[in-house]
Amino acid sequence: MADVNRGNRPLSPHLTIYRPQLTSVTSILTRITGNALIVAALLIVWWFLAASTSPEAFARADWWVTSLLGDVVMALSLWAIWYHTLAGIRHLIWDNALGLDIPVAEKLGWAVVIGSFVLTLITLIVVA
Amino acid sequence: MVQLTLPKNSRITTGKTWPKPEGATNVRKFQIYRWNPDDGKNPSVDTYFLNMDECGPMVLDALIKIKNEIDPTLTFRRSCREGICGSCAMNIDGINTLACIYGMDEIKGDVKIYPLPHMPVVKDLIPDLTHFYAQHASIMPWLETKTNRPAKEWKQSIEDRKKLDGLYECVMCASCSTSCPSYWWNGDRYLGPAALLHAYRWIIDSRDEATGERLDELEDPFKLYRCHTIMNCAKTCPKGLNPAKAIAEIKKMMVERTV
Repeated sequence: MADVNRGNRPLSPHLTIYRPQLTSVTSILTRITGNALIVAALLIVWWFLAASTSPEAFARADWWVTSLLGDVVMALSLWAIWYHTLAGIRHLIWDNALGLDIPVAEKLGWAVVIGSFVLTLITLIVVA
Repeated sequence: MVQLTLPKNSRITTGKTWPKPEGATNVRKFQIYRWNPDDGKNPSVDTYFLNMDECGPMVLDALIKIKNEIDPTLTFRRSCREGICGSCAMNIDGINTLACIYGMDEIKGDVKIYPLPHMPVVKDLIPDLTHFYAQHASIMPWLETKTNRPAKEWKQSIEDRKKLDGLYECVMCASCSTSCPSYWWNGDRYLGPAALLHAYRWIIDSRDEATGERLDELEDPFKLYRCHTIMNCAKTCPKGLNPAKAIAEIKKMMVERTV
């Protein structure tokens, strides 16, 4: 095999050709919601900081946070919190080496997805 | 590291469309990844058409028919044609599996065939598995003993032998490891589901006397802990094994021995 050029071998395609699976999509969503929540947390910190700075600063921050866009961001963040929490519980189950057979793991996946929406709705009804 | 796009030399172009079989009514379209190391071109996807009335049921039957009757340059590995050698592992219809035991009736629409994902390609559907095999060798896939050799053989109770079921059946086809996004991004340092399943197979073998050393070897942020339970491995394994579970068991043993 001495004459084979190993240097220029192409990399076979991956993300673009691999079919998304329930378990892989729920897995990446855990990471996405976790990162998005950092941004949402910063928004809330800004709101609190503004409240302790001056009435004008608070008025500006409050206008953003309670605007329609703010409401949408907060509602999505609420869903992200529930999703991330449920996915975290699923990881705790998995860390005990339980629920890892594919049919069970997929049921847990659906439970996380459906549960996150149901809990978000309930919270919205209770809070709003 | 995560790199979502393919390197320049790996971007896929549209390839040749081969003529349809004449007079056939039951025709199926195949889209197959091609790359020739000798022509200096980028990889492409070629289109073939087969008369399914004259073709066997498995994807491998179709590949062999194409190679025999249409395009003898199509290159792929195959040997046993019954799912025991692991040679014909490839990405079929978006999942990794063995072409010889994957029926074309399970596929809707055109049959899309690529080499195992995120691997260096030797030619067409043949990935370079050198690194994958080296990772397997690194977990010491053999019985390690310290006590004197018994006169006849190392014995094992029926219950202890049962612990190896679901592990020893692995044929090292690399379907699981190459389905794992964690292995795609960190395959240089993360051992991947196949090697870790084999690691667990020796860790829980009652006859093995190097359990501590084996666990020490895996106590590493990359080798073991890049597994994030994405579970593509267990979902895709053509032998129905569950590497994700084996990895979870190793992680559990790691915790148990420290508390």
